[in-house]
Amino acid sequence: MLLETKGLHASYGATRVLHGIDFALEEGSITTLLGANGAGKTTTLRALCGMVKTSGEVRFAGKRVDGRATEDIVRLGVAHVPDGRGTFAQLSTEENLRLGAYTRKDKAAVQEDLERMYGYFPRLKERRRQQAGTLSGGEQQMLAVSRALMLRPKLLLLDEPSFGLAPLVVQELFGILRTVNEKERVSMLVVEQNAAMALDLADRAYLIETGRVVLSGQADEIKRDDAVRRSYLGY
Amino acid sequence: MTFDALMLQVIAGLATGGIYASLALALVMIYQATHLVNFAQGEMAMFCTYIAWALINAGMPYWGAFVLTVGIAFVFGVLIERLIIRPVENAPVLAVVVVFIGLLVILNSLAGWIFTYTIKSFPSPFGVQPLFGVRFMSPHQLGSIGVTVVVLALLYAFFRFTPLGLAMRAAAQNPESSRLVGIRVGWMLALGWGLAAAVGSIAGMMVAPIVYLDPNMMGGILLYAFAAALLGGIDSPGGAVVGGLVVGVLENVLGAFVIGNELKLVVALVLIIGVLVVRPSGFFGRVHVSRV
Repeated sequence: MLLETKGLHASYGATRVLHGIDFALEEGSITTLLGANGAGKTTTLRALCGMVKTSGEVRFAGKRVDGRATEDIVRLGVAHVPDGRGTFAQLSTEENLRLGAYTRKDKAAVQEDLERMYGYFPRLKERRRQQAGTLSGGEQQMLAVSRALMLRPKLLLLDEPSFGLAPLVVQELFGILRTVNEKERVSMLVVEQNAAMALDLADRAYLIETGRVVLSGQADEIKRDDAVRRSYLGY
Repeated sequence: MTFDALMLQVIAGLATGGIYASLALALVMIYQATHLVNFAQGEMAMFCTYIAWALINAGMPYWGAFVLTVGIAFVFGVLIERLIIRPVENAPVLAVVVVFIGLLVILNSLAGWIFTYTIKSFPSPFGVQPLFGVRFMSPHQLGSIGVTVVVLALLYAFFRFTPLGLAMRAAAQNPESSRLVGIRVGWMLALGWGLAAAVGSIAGMMVAPIVYLDPNMMGGILLYAFAAALLGGIDSPGGAVVGGLVVGVLENVLGAFVIGNELKLVVALVLIIGVLVVRPSGFFGRVHVSRV
């Protein structure tokens, strides 16, 4: 297992948001967390990278990472496309991408990856010198995904990657994510409002309700589950 | 007022303006990272200048002492951030401001206690012979303009072209995203303090031959630097430099021909109030607009 949590709790101040989440993510797989607004999906991702106060166990590649600083977890190869995109608004698009590779020392490969990102998202290449804060919402979302990929992560955490994107661009983005997963064996944990798309992309799925895992299984089984279909897929 | 006399004042203004610009830049660097104005910046520079003075008096050649002092200032800045500012990182603004003022008073008294309050002369490395036959400028004016230009160019290159400079800019504007790409934000802030202290120490060493060395020497200079930083826009490094030069020239020209030397400091105060009232974001500063 690449990532494993046991009894993961998290709280903002006195408010407890996660009440003991257990899940596991197999190396090379795509796993999705489903759930309504406020169920604790974003908090789960934040807890994995040490951005909120947690208790419980988180293991990444066999090592305990709970309680470690965010930047140390990132250096182990965990990239995060955060809620709200996390753009460095006053820096240029290219500087944003270079920051994604900040911890890497292999300069030539970084340059290659930069070109690869521009290949995935030609819009970003057109806007490489532009201040990133002036990009459209969709472009900033592409930038956030590319910036995370620049780390060459082992695990990519994606918080609402389709947020604010036009349907066609979403298709394209999910296609790119699948390619990256298959070709580079990057494991992914995806949080999505768009449950249908997420279940199509993912191998496994967990359903979270008010800070607890209530259902888990293979993505195609979950898709057939009556309750999930009614509440999250809408048919 | 002859043209020559005016030129003389303009050039003198550019020379001191460069020094204000350096100190204003130090203020802006810390403001960008912490959103606070470091009131102790001037006293930190003064204290470092005393260290340079002590090194030179102990027989060290000027440029050796200069380089060593800049190094010491850097370490000193890093230590201040780690030991004094870090613990109050999340404290209310006023608490931090009080810490800055405490630092100001402590450094001022410490300098007086160690080096006495007697005014000392501080050597200029540029001699007394006119450099390159320039007759408008004293060698020290020309030299300090040169040093300022070199410092500003180095800083610009560092922030613009090195990965570490980029990471420092990133950490100052978006700490959370910076952590998510693996930047050690706490250390970037400490480095920023180190750099600001180093730049400040250079300003101190360049201004000391003009105003003489004493524990209160930076009081006035810091006011000009505040005026410069505000005029340029407190969050704009380029603005701080332009502001420094403008304040330097205004101060000299107005002091010589309009209001007299005794009222020079008023120029800085009027600028500070004027900018805050008329255009709080300065010439080059960002206007912060947020939706509610």
